[in-house]
Amino acid sequence: MAWETIIGLEIHAQLATQSKIFSGAATAYGAEANTQACAVDLGLPGVLPVLNKEAVRMAIMFGLAINAEIPSRSVFARKNYFYPDLPKGYQISQYELPIVSRGSIDITLGNGETKTIGVTRAHLEEDAGKSVHEGFGNLTGIDLNRAGTPLIEIVSEPDMRSAKEAVAYMKKIHAIVTYLGICDGNMQEGSFRCDANVSVRPRGEKKFGTRTELKNLNSFRFVEAAINYEVERQIDVIESGGKVIQETRLYDANKNETRSMRSKEEANDYRYFPDPDLLPIEIEKKIINEIKQSLPELPDAMKRRFIEEYHLSEYDADNLTAGPALALFFETTVQHSGGEPKLSANWVMGEVAAALNRENKDYNQSPIKGEMLGGLIKRIKDNTISSNIAKEVFTAMWNGEGSADEIIEKKGLKQVTDSDAIEKMVDEVIAESPQQVEQYKNSPPEKQGKLIGFFVGQIMKKSKGKANPKQVNELLKNKLAD
Amino acid sequence: MYNKTLAELSQALQQRDTSSEELTGMYLQRCRQFMDKLNCFVTLTEEHAMAQARAADKKIQAGKAGPLTGIPMVHKDIFCTNGIKTSCGSRMLDNFIAPYDATVVRQLDDAGMVMLGKTNMDEFAMGSSNETSYYGPVLNPWDPDRVPGGSSGGSAAVVAARLTPMATGTDTGGSIRQPASLCGITGLKPTYGRVSRYGMIAFASSLDQGGPMTRTAEDAALVLNAMAGFDEHDSTSANEPVEDYTSQLENPLEGLKIGLPVEYFDERLNPDISRIIHDGIAELKKLGASIHEINLPSSKLSIPVYYVVAPAECSSNLARYDGVRFGYRCDDPRDLNDLYCRSRGEGFGREVKRRVLIGTYVLSAGYYDAYYLKAQKIRRLIRNEFQQALKEVDVIIGPTAPGTAFKLNELIDDPINMYLSDIYTVSINLAGLPAISVPAGMLNGLPVGMQIIGDYFSEARLLNVAHRFQQATDWHQHQPAEYK
Repeated sequence: MAWETIIGLEIHAQLATQSKIFSGAATAYGAEANTQACAVDLGLPGVLPVLNKEAVRMAIMFGLAINAEIPSRSVFARKNYFYPDLPKGYQISQYELPIVSRGSIDITLGNGETKTIGVTRAHLEEDAGKSVHEGFGNLTGIDLNRAGTPLIEIVSEPDMRSAKEAVAYMKKIHAIVTYLGICDGNMQEGSFRCDANVSVRPRGEKKFGTRTELKNLNSFRFVEAAINYEVERQIDVIESGGKVIQETRLYDANKNETRSMRSKEEANDYRYFPDPDLLPIEIEKKIINEIKQSLPELPDAMKRRFIEEYHLSEYDADNLTAGPALALFFETTVQHSGGEPKLSANWVMGEVAAALNRENKDYNQSPIKGEMLGGLIKRIKDNTISSNIAKEVFTAMWNGEGSADEIIEKKGLKQVTDSDAIEKMVDEVIAESPQQVEQYKNSPPEKQGKLIGFFVGQIMKKSKGKANPKQVNELLKNKLAD
Repeated sequence: MYNKTLAELSQALQQRDTSSEELTGMYLQRCRQFMDKLNCFVTLTEEHAMAQARAADKKIQAGKAGPLTGIPMVHKDIFCTNGIKTSCGSRMLDNFIAPYDATVVRQLDDAGMVMLGKTNMDEFAMGSSNETSYYGPVLNPWDPDRVPGGSSGGSAAVVAARLTPMATGTDTGGSIRQPASLCGITGLKPTYGRVSRYGMIAFASSLDQGGPMTRTAEDAALVLNAMAGFDEHDSTSANEPVEDYTSQLENPLEGLKIGLPVEYFDERLNPDISRIIHDGIAELKKLGASIHEINLPSSKLSIPVYYVVAPAECSSNLARYDGVRFGYRCDDPRDLNDLYCRSRGEGFGREVKRRVLIGTYVLSAGYYDAYYLKAQKIRRLIRNEFQQALKEVDVIIGPTAPGTAFKLNELIDDPINMYLSDIYTVSINLAGLPAISVPAGMLNGLPVGMQIIGDYFSEARLLNVAHRFQQATDWHQHQPAEYK
């Protein structure tokens, strides 16, 4: 039977405010346990939450970026449940009246088509603390530094039909929140994480199948792997005559499998009700318009501009606008490359991406800045160096040995374009390789192209890679034809 | 000296007829003398008080004193005090010492008041008799066999017995006004949001309001001047200008329109109480007020609505007492669930558990609409009826409580009738209005309070009416014989 997969995502993005959503405590990551939790975060008796306006502004920015409605009134609600890392015994969240309702984003599919994914809502809430299971024997430690950190939970419509679409959607949301500067997007630190609702149904069926919720997918790779595993699992269950149970499942990245956490019956009754400690958020149209005016260029607009302005392919433009640091890096490179967007794109997505990847760094942490890379590309463009030599220069630049020009100068890497010098080397190689010359001359033209590589290689060796390959090729062809 | 009102003591201090140290020493002496008999204190803070008194005297000598500087007072043990135990009348918080002051504590501290101690109260302010306290019941100074009312029973008893001229209280459904009525003192519940709730341990957040408990309306006005105001730490505190609440005290009552809700004076009201309240109203009439019958048809629903809304909020507010971070923790928990169940089972008393259970029930899936949501709708109705009535009249007057102080153990196993002792007070909390209870008569040797209800932020008007009433009557000067 042919199956169709239905996926909806709930993304939690941590808002990049200085202080917590309902207290003045700092939100910085990595501080010593419980040093960034004040009386409000600890849920001490008598203390009260006071809303951080910056978190509201950021949530509105997100809503505007996905063309959503921003209702004039939204309400905080308490989500009640007991857990040791939930200090008050309830989480302040939003339930019936969220700050952002009904928006959408476009994703690009593998075949280049565009698909619109609906966003049901996005609401503000506070994060819980963290249970620490290591270092306390058979006890559990509690770190409340994260308690009260502002989040927006972004809930999609069940519009995605494959793990790949889900990842594309998640990447798009990631790009939007990082472009807006409202989330640092750091998935390892948990600033951007996701739960996936997954179900399958026979192709053509209108009714949704029973869904499971996959928890805590903290990388794009895990989202894809977890969904693919879960889809297979659900199909297996149904095809072997069983029924999918509505439950929450945890993805285990080490084993690449999902495991049951709790069933629907065991689920909490959260007893949501409006939080009487907080007034409803009232938002004037004027404020919304002000925020709208202040929005930065967003990934879709930037992508279109890259295609128009730099004549990049849809694919390149899509990749280069995946994150604000990358896009900025690319644009800086182009500006300093002497008008070489395509070459810049190749280098940014090629050498730079690979080097950053090796060292697990982001574009804004690159030891080679866009200005410097542009300087290198300029020298490829004006034939000062070849692409191969450029790689050597790049490595030296990465290691902090100076600018492209400095390195080319210092190491004497300037390309040899003096045709007399090249001709001399060509003559020498031909003289040193009578056998290969014989073979070349006896070969049909379609094979000669391949054989000429030998001579080019020898000459490049002689010139230590500095001979202009185009000139070498032309000279060789002429000489060997004689 | 201990019989003087706060206003009189203030004057004596300004004129250097006495010092704060002298006053504080005298009142502490009375506290020590009577506290065991009344069981009115959870904590007596003698050293703290003497230090504050000395600081107040310095301020007075330096000419930097305000009207409250150097005046002894007590806080209900629901207000968090930095470095001093705040129990909320519960075993759960018997070991709790807050690292911060409630805004009200800070305000009165800033005004130079001297805290003598912290008063006993119904556990987490849930009760109308002070019998639910972990520390045992407070006794009524008028009759040791009777309750002082609740939940601010300790504060009411302290003021009635002249152990201080003033105490703070909190009022969620009548917890300032009902004990004021039962102990023969003046108790003001301000408009919801007039006084900050920060550091005041929450029972039901949308209803809780702190206020002064004093001997006279004038004293209440002096204290409210220091307590009222917007607090950036409390989002629900009102960003409304604060008046000088003493400025209108002497205004004449000519033209005052008094509304009498027919529902408050129906056949169910004890005829003796009815007579006393009508006598009180007659006094106000003599002062130029006119009387108008009004209708508050939904008021009969106020008790059921209150006992949905208040427990719902309390079930959530009290979830933080889980034995994990502070407060009572059971011995040797087997696992997490055991830690929760026994810490809460052993740390909370019966009334608190009853309300947590009711509140959890009314918020549960499948019951929310039928209970919580419906209660909120009726709450709006009650509020609208009051607002409508207050367009016609300036104040609404009725009894504070359906009877005088009842006997210890009389209602403790009868929650319904216990809840009904707040029948005239809870609707005011549901509407968020201000109201004051003033002594208006005596019945079989026990005081009876009259409740004056006003429009939002009309505290100055309420205090004016109460003050003029107290100028014309002497019920507020009656005092329990044993404490003369």
